[in-house]
Amino acid sequence: MSVLQVSHAAVGYDGREVLHDVSMTVAGGEVVAVLGANGSGKSTLIRAILGLVPLTHGEISLFGVPRRGFRDWARVGYVPQRLGAGSGVPATVGEVVASGRLARRGVFRPARAADRAAVREALTGVGLLDRIDDPVATLSGGQQQRTLIARALAGQPDLLVLDEPTAGVDAASQDAFAAVLARFEAAGGTILLVAHELGPLRPLIDRAVVVHQGRVAHEGIPPEPAGHHADPDHDHVHPHAERTKAGLLAWAPTDRTDRTN
Amino acid sequence: MDLFQYDFMVRALVGALIIGLAAPSLGIYLVQRRLSLIGDGIGHVALTGVGVGLLLHHSPVLSAVLVAAVGAVGIELIRQRGRTSGDLALALLFYGGIAGGVVLVGLSDDSSNANLMQYLFGSLITTSPADIAVIAALGAAVLVAMTVFRPALFAVCHDEEYARVSGLPVRTLNLLMAVATAVTVTIAMRTVGLLLVSALMVVPVAAAQQVTRGFRTTMLAAMAIGLIAAGAGVVVSAEVDTAPGATTVLLALATFVAITVGGAVSRALRRRSHPPREVEPPDVVLHA
Repeated sequence: MSVLQVSHAAVGYDGREVLHDVSMTVAGGEVVAVLGANGSGKSTLIRAILGLVPLTHGEISLFGVPRRGFRDWARVGYVPQRLGAGSGVPATVGEVVASGRLARRGVFRPARAADRAAVREALTGVGLLDRIDDPVATLSGGQQQRTLIARALAGQPDLLVLDEPTAGVDAASQDAFAAVLARFEAAGGTILLVAHELGPLRPLIDRAVVVHQGRVAHEGIPPEPAGHHADPDHDHVHPHAERTKAGLLAWAPTDRTDRTN
Repeated sequence: MDLFQYDFMVRALVGALIIGLAAPSLGIYLVQRRLSLIGDGIGHVALTGVGVGLLLHHSPVLSAVLVAAVGAVGIELIRQRGRTSGDLALALLFYGGIAGGVVLVGLSDDSSNANLMQYLFGSLITTSPADIAVIAALGAAVLVAMTVFRPALFAVCHDEEYARVSGLPVRTLNLLMAVATAVTVTIAMRTVGLLLVSALMVVPVAAAQQVTRGFRTTMLAAMAIGLIAAGAGVVVSAEVDTAPGATTVLLALATFVAITVGGAVSRALRRRSHPPREVEPPDVVLHA
């Protein structure tokens, strides 16, 4: 079943169209990377999928339901690029991650033991359980990013949507990130992430969609990983993978181009 | 202390304590959103409501709640639309509110500078038993809403886009907060006055967050500081014959200064006894 279906989507700001006739599909269990340069429209595409910007044309459906009527947001875990702007008052790591449970428990029901357990489990997954009572502002950028993925995981989603998860994040956190995503995928989860550099996430990606000037310029299987990554037994978790500089150019159309639309 | 042998003093104290507790419970969300001054603006708008009430010979508190709520919802709608023109739109609304209030109060039968001052800077001693009932009911409603919906309101104020993607009723929660702000401003008008109302929402939060680590503890500490400052404000102002509203605000500010200095001193002492721990690794690793 397709978890996400985008057909002929267009988005415009102030009458200027920034995304033109984009179509893509993400199947259950797939890990798809949306790649593109800054200003290519890749973030707009993600925001349109999440309902944060309205479509001017086309349609998007999540888990087979048109987005307009989609209510089951607990199935979607969103990891934004950075901590929200509302940081005027201190908040602990645990409090931020607990927000991720609201999609499941709603506005009226108070937190139960299961909610608190989910928060601790999510923090254990990203290796930050010992920081649960620390103010988020005292964490490094990479640790804050891991807090945000824990917040999304606390809601136990089926689809993770990540916006530039590794931008400006230290190497240790990038590796921790890759391990968390690999576990999520192994448990049957679906991942859609936006990036302009994949780094240690590269072995996880099943398919890449390259957005250029508001259109899908390329869609296909990413180039075959070299060396032992190609080993069929390789489990895709590789904390010390060689960090090649995988910019947009690394994904430029190759002989493996496999356009579907 | 025989200060409280008079009923009006007891009423003054009860009213002040309710507001001292309710105002920071709402104010924390405004501070979190970096909208610390919004309460001040809504106070300006509420003055027009007071003018309308006096002109129509209705309860000024009721009309102030209504007009302030309309103003607060209007501000919230402007905020949702976009920010660039929002700043100017807010300024227009605020000055329109206070100018309209001054003109309407002047037109009413009851026009006197003393009457206007009573709303601008508070008039705790003249609080009637009916006023106390209204303050208690509305204050309790604000307090319950702000504490029961704390996780959801925290999520919305912390990261509004994430809250929307979580499927939370973001618009409803924002409107709840706008109406609660209007209600708090209006009931606090009696204690500290419309011009100082924002101080009771914001200063206790600012004081508390100098030493707290989490949102919940900040909220509880701010409510405790608000409660103590409001109670002490009534007592001190009666003893030394000063304006209760301004006295309360000065006491809250003194608490802020004391906590800030005390926190800095204790951190410095701790640093001296424990040498700094290992430095965090840098966020960005440059590949040569």
